[in-house]
Amino acid sequence: MIQGIALLTIFVLSAFTGYEVISKVSTILHTPLMSGANAIHGVILVGAVLVAGQARTSLELWVGLIAVFLATLNMVGGFVVTDRMLEMFRSRTPERPEKADRHG
Amino acid sequence: MGEAAATTPAWIQLGYLVAAVCFILALKALSSPRTARVGNLIGAAGATLAVLLTFVAARPQHLWAILGAIALGAVAGVVAARRVVMTAMPQLVAIFNGVGGAAAALVALIEVGELGSTGTAARIATAFTVLVGAVSFSGSAVTFGKLQALLPGRPIVVPQVRYVYGGALVVTLAAAVVLILTGSTIVGVILAVLALGVGVLLVLPVGGADVPIVISLLNAFTGLSVAASGYLLGNTLLLVAGTLVGAAGSLLTRLMAQAMGRRVTTILFGALLGTSTQGRTVESTRPVKSAGPDDIAVLLGYARRVVVVPGYGLAVAQAQHALKELADALAARGIEVVYAIHPVAGRMPGHMNVLLAEANVPYEQLAEMDAVNPEFPATDVALVVGANDVVNPAARKPFGSPIAGMPILDVDQAKAVVFLKRSMRPGFAGIENDLLYNPKTTLLFGDAKESLTKLVAALKAV
Repeated sequence: MIQGIALLTIFVLSAFTGYEVISKVSTILHTPLMSGANAIHGVILVGAVLVAGQARTSLELWVGLIAVFLATLNMVGGFVVTDRMLEMFRSRTPERPEKADRHG
Repeated sequence: MGEAAATTPAWIQLGYLVAAVCFILALKALSSPRTARVGNLIGAAGATLAVLLTFVAARPQHLWAILGAIALGAVAGVVAARRVVMTAMPQLVAIFNGVGGAAAALVALIEVGELGSTGTAARIATAFTVLVGAVSFSGSAVTFGKLQALLPGRPIVVPQVRYVYGGALVVTLAAAVVLILTGSTIVGVILAVLALGVGVLLVLPVGGADVPIVISLLNAFTGLSVAASGYLLGNTLLLVAGTLVGAAGSLLTRLMAQAMGRRVTTILFGALLGTSTQGRTVESTRPVKSAGPDDIAVLLGYARRVVVVPGYGLAVAQAQHALKELADALAARGIEVVYAIHPVAGRMPGHMNVLLAEANVPYEQLAEMDAVNPEFPATDVALVVGANDVVNPAARKPFGSPIAGMPILDVDQAKAVVFLKRSMRPGFAGIENDLLYNPKTTLLFGDAKESLTKLVAALKAV
């Protein structure tokens, strides 16, 4: 029972953290943030590896392997596509004044 | 539940804690333009660490088969993410989100057979994971269909909608209760199938313009389903990561909806309550004023101030570079050029910023909606390139239109309006734009990229 309460505590605290941590996001970052958060829940791969690794029948194994494949797709694809989006923002960063001075 | 946690060594648990901190830092860094890219890498590092630790701690059987599945998934993910054109990115995010939900549901379906007679709490977590994961999967599939134009963008309402919804909801919840009571795998599968149907019903009535918000909502759903699977497996990392995404995703959904002047409940249930009308997809036959590139070039060439309004059509035509060429040519004539960026121009919030940044449009020329709207009366020409819904005055009416209440760019207050359009077909939301028939509006028909190139050439002769 104590473990149940501990998990519930973790759940509530994580919920507040997740809510607070992005509360000041600017509109232009909505899409990359959504995509980045999307990649983070790809960590369900951990769960998929655990159940596939304990599979006792071949049906369980196959279903587990499909879960592993889908979770990896979510995780790896998610991080790569987010990086590609953010790559585009490079030129958006305003040059620092001292750097501009040096150039001319 | 708890079995895995009890046997997991402390140092592995500490490693999971490090990964969880990585995820928090990643979300934090992703909220600010300067740190966003690093934030994403921190998130990826956390996820990689977590997976490696799991292999060390759990020593899974079928190691090579699992590694093979990971390799396949990784290759597919990288190829899809690298190859996708910028315009199709929202669809891809929807797919990645959907498969994550499916993975969580499958994990729970396997685990339910292992639970035996353990507590009700674990079975509730199972039912929740299966239900929400499956809804997220099928819902994401429908958003994909809408964005990819495999399904119509306008709201689709099934006949007798309230009974269908009520019936589907009751049957699905009943299946969830039976699953909680019996812990039977077969019931779990039935629940998953029912939940797939609910996901479809949930997203079908959503209007095209609101689809990005729904993707964000389903993203939060998947997060919560991963969190529940963490409870089920006694894995704290899954619980923390899933909850973080669930909470952050819910807030993000609200923020996005606010940026569009919408409420999440209206988006999801508007069609049910009959507050949103169905859009049209037929071409109108009302008369419009159209002109050739030469006339438009004269109009632009003698303006003092031009505001460019880019939209999804620009993205489809890959015309961002041609647009920048035109803007540079105008600026070279001493004309003030500003890009007016609607928060949700394109298919997702921030979509246009990404596209224009790709074409090296300087940061200072991009103006957000609130900054640019008061300046439209002092603008000589508003050049609308492939945008429609974000400048549609119908949004100002309080109701009666799928985009009612959405803040728009007030281009109709400019002295002249030029639309570059492919055809008279309505925008993504499927509603007609009265601005097209306004006497001060001129249309230039054709592919955005070709039209812009012609304009640049014509401008030289002005």
